[in-house]
Amino acid sequence: MAELSLETMSQEYYDILKELGNIGAGNATTALAQMLQCKVDMSVPQVKLLEFKDVATIMGGEEQLMAGIYLGVEGDIAGSIMFLLQKDSAKHLVGKMMGMEMEGEDFSEIEQSALQEVGNIITGSYLNSLSAMTNLKIYPTIPALAVDMAGAILSVPAIEFGTMGDSILLIQTQFFDEVQLEGFFILIPDLESFGKMLKSLGISV
Amino acid sequence: MSETIKVGMADLQVCISPNAVTTLGLGSCVGIAIRDPVTKIGGLAHIMLPDSTQISNNSNIPKFADTGIAELVKQMVAKGAKQSRMVAKIAGGAQMFSFQNKSELSRVGERNVAATKKKLAELRIPILAQDTGNNYGRTVIFYPETGDFVIKAVGKAQKTI
Repeated sequence: MAELSLETMSQEYYDILKELGNIGAGNATTALAQMLQCKVDMSVPQVKLLEFKDVATIMGGEEQLMAGIYLGVEGDIAGSIMFLLQKDSAKHLVGKMMGMEMEGEDFSEIEQSALQEVGNIITGSYLNSLSAMTNLKIYPTIPALAVDMAGAILSVPAIEFGTMGDSILLIQTQFFDEVQLEGFFILIPDLESFGKMLKSLGISV
Repeated sequence: MSETIKVGMADLQVCISPNAVTTLGLGSCVGIAIRDPVTKIGGLAHIMLPDSTQISNNSNIPKFADTGIAELVKQMVAKGAKQSRMVAKIAGGAQMFSFQNKSELSRVGERNVAATKKKLAELRIPILAQDTGNNYGRTVIFYPETGDFVIKAVGKAQKTI
């Protein structure tokens, strides 16, 4: 297999990633709608390869408060996946899930575990569709949650990408129920796994 | 009029008084503020990974503790600072997510701090103060005029080290 790097990836690969992102996010939206028992729409996801310094900008700046749910991926591929939501969106989502919006700026313990569950369901359905499409075994590990500045949360996937290059692969999706929720997926396969994913889709690398 | 220079992720900037230099939302990365108290020339580096020699794709100098700190010192010297007078303050290196398995990557904050200290010791630059570790993000502002290193975190009182 030829040396693969994110920076030299062709347009064709992007289109495939976009499609994976699209289907994955679509499934995640369905899961979200089932969980909330309401209609949820989503926009066409955008797949972007961004330099580190530009990632936080897209989310509203390094100091934008975000909730990040982060989990490892095991099985035929190795890596991790992160789902990020603006804090206000996360608060809304959790309120909806629990049937009431809680007072206060911070997340209570019960809200945190609800949020973790949201992340679990969304990333789980995302990975399921990835697994179904590629025929690869993909298992998520237990999710971890952080609510903090975008820059600080993003440092974690950025560092993982940082061992491979100087940019980060981001899938941006907007969900709508009554309010607009903007969610971001960051899928971080190691390069070998990325090659495996493409290969199992019939793309020669 | 003084201005505040911004340092991004895997970036570094030299800063001359009365200007200030800042980096926003440090997570597992480490912010290294260095100052020559006589010339009041300062600088801030925002490193992401501990060791450039462990990684093949290592051309991005400010990304690593070893190469980033060396480069910042070099650029400060070029502006007239003297290495033998330099002192440092560091912040960051948090573990943003707690995982059951203690993999190499989940401990990267800790390793970044260790590598930073090692490099500063090698360059004989003493660390006057630090605010590292824990599990939260930090925004830092460094004033080379006074050496004040201001640290802000979500839901916590601002502090100056």
